[in-house]
Amino acid sequence: MTAANPILTTTSRPAARAVTASVPAREALTQITTLAWRALIKMSRNPEQLVDVTAMPVLFTVMFGLMFGGAVSGSTAHYLPTLIPGIIAMTTITACVGAGIQLREDMDKGVFDRFRSLPIARIAPLAGPMMADLARYAIAAGVTLTVGVVMGYRPGGGVPGVLAGVVLAVITGWSLAWIFLWIGTKARSAGAVQGMSMMIMFPLAFLSNAFVPVDTLPGWLQAVTRVNPVSHVVSALRDLMNDGALTTQVGWALLGCATVAAIFIPLAVRSYSRRV
Amino acid sequence: MTTGTPHVERSSTSADQAGRDSPRPGTVAVEARDLTKLFGTNRAVDGIDLTVMEGEIFGVLGPNGAGKTTMLNMLATLLPIDGGEARIFGYDVCSQGHAVRQLIGVTGQFASVDENLTGRENLWMFGRLQGLSSKRAHSIADDLLAQFDLTEAAHRPISQFSGGMRRRLDLAASLITRPAVIFLDEPTTGLDPRNRSQMWDTIRDLVAEGSTILLTTQYLDEADALAGRIAVIDRGRKVAEGTPGQLKTQIGTSSLRVQMAEAADTAAAVALAADLTGETPVVTLAGSGFSVTLNDANQAADVLVALRNHRLDITNATVEQPSLDDVFFALTGHTSGTPTSETEVNRS
Ligand SMILES: Nc1ncnc2c1ncn2[C@@H]1O[C@H](COP(=O)(O)OP(=O)(O)OP(=O)(O)O)[C@@H](O)[C@H]1O
Ligand SMILES: [Mg+2]
Repeated sequence: MTAANPILTTTSRPAARAVTASVPAREALTQITTLAWRALIKMSRNPEQLVDVTAMPVLFTVMFGLMFGGAVSGSTAHYLPTLIPGIIAMTTITACVGAGIQLREDMDKGVFDRFRSLPIARIAPLAGPMMADLARYAIAAGVTLTVGVVMGYRPGGGVPGVLAGVVLAVITGWSLAWIFLWIGTKARSAGAVQGMSMMIMFPLAFLSNAFVPVDTLPGWLQAVTRVNPVSHVVSALRDLMNDGALTTQVGWALLGCATVAAIFIPLAVRSYSRRV
Repeated sequence: MTTGTPHVERSSTSADQAGRDSPRPGTVAVEARDLTKLFGTNRAVDGIDLTVMEGEIFGVLGPNGAGKTTMLNMLATLLPIDGGEARIFGYDVCSQGHAVRQLIGVTGQFASVDENLTGRENLWMFGRLQGLSSKRAHSIADDLLAQFDLTEAAHRPISQFSGGMRRRLDLAASLITRPAVIFLDEPTTGLDPRNRSQMWDTIRDLVAEGSTILLTTQYLDEADALAGRIAVIDRGRKVAEGTPGQLKTQIGTSSLRVQMAEAADTAAAVALAADLTGETPVVTLAGSGFSVTLNDANQAADVLVALRNHRLDITNATVEQPSLDDVFFALTGHTSGTPTSETEVNRS
């Protein structure tokens, strides 16, 4: 056979357009934003999908604040500066799980067959919803903060510190979501995604410094919490929101997020493209 | 690549020369060689060869489970190929999937539009995904909605669409960029007679405008009405290929079914019919009638006149078009599923 034609202009009707070997970056971006638009429409028409970023943070903040406040910090008010960044990290991670479940459900639907038969970038059907999910992480962080402020939380970092914290939370959500997206491409059903994701989500969220000071833990558990990237995110959130300080923890948190994304983006895209 | 069969050579040439001004007769649009798909040990597609020329409607006819959808999905890059190879305008389906996807439009057997969006939003989205500007995507969406009689339903969510409306929207979504090759998997299944004939007209229009169509169907009359050439597949294998005319001569254009007044006359009647048609009549299970393949419709009159002359009375006579079942019986020696109520007798 002849060598692959990288670019071939077909002037014959009706395919009067060039056949290209790959998707130009600009077009890939349009495809991603188009699919993000689709995900946002879907979200707005199925508001129950937002429960995990609205009702859940409220519940967790109130529950944990009232239950553990006295035990951990002497009072709820003293506990809030420790708790609120922890809850923000936790609800963001919980919200990530939704990305995998939604993808699994979508992949079982006919419209994804059409996406796969179109000459679009392979990453677009994954990256589109991921872009839309940025809104979910921002909502989760915003709701937690609002409840915290109502309960008496006064962030020492002021508006810039709090905004920086929200941005970090959104970055964290986006990066960690690729893990669950990858699970979504592998699992057989949405239920299986849910189950497997919980196994990852709970250790990530709870084997960290999110809710308790690490020095109260046994030595081996301290070691575990220290390598957990979520611990660095929580510390970074506390530094930003409580002190308005751009510490090395922020650097570690961003590095952790980048590492997770670098590993799981290729895994997810490859698994998605191969899936039958 | 290691193979160099004339088949493959021809299609790669077509890709090299595709940059010409008008379609050249004899360009190969779709080519499959020894195409195979295994699901476990089930050979769903078992070594199918297919050549579809540019500008033709090619029909793939087969019963449930024949492997039609599986074959189409492999050609459309939706399923990995387990054996053999396939090319679309010379582009390899395995290694040049992205190029292939720019040339094809796919309407699957099951709706592949987004349930969460309205009809217009769906078409707009697919237009945007294929590089149209937002404005152009809207105008094409409106044109297609009008063309497919969906304007009223444009702003309704798909979940409120009827089956036929979904089917039409699905086809519309495949036509946004006017693909060179269009795959249609059972395009009229579930459509009422009016929509079915509209769908046929649409398919003919598409070909008139230069598209090539590969469609599957379970109905002989549909393949007959639309396709220039037909491949009959059964259990993953191609059992026949040709123009509708060629296939029909192979199985007889139609058959005469006669019900005798006296069962005792059947043997004599069968002998007459056999002599006149040169075919082997099939006696009904009850033994009081028979049916015989007609190579020429006038033979029906010949048989009936002969029966009258021999004073063999009949209660009923009908001339029937061959059914898909007849085709399968003739081509494979087994029926497509439903047992027939007939047994074959030797010519007396
Ligand atoms: N994903 C799958 N996994 C396992 N077996 C499959 C799968 N898809 C199809 N098959 C099998 O492959 C064979 C061919 O199926 P296919 O869907 O291609 O038939 P078809 O000709 O399209 O039938 P229909 O007219 O019912 O649509 C069948 O035996 C079917 O059970
Ligand atoms: Mg099918």
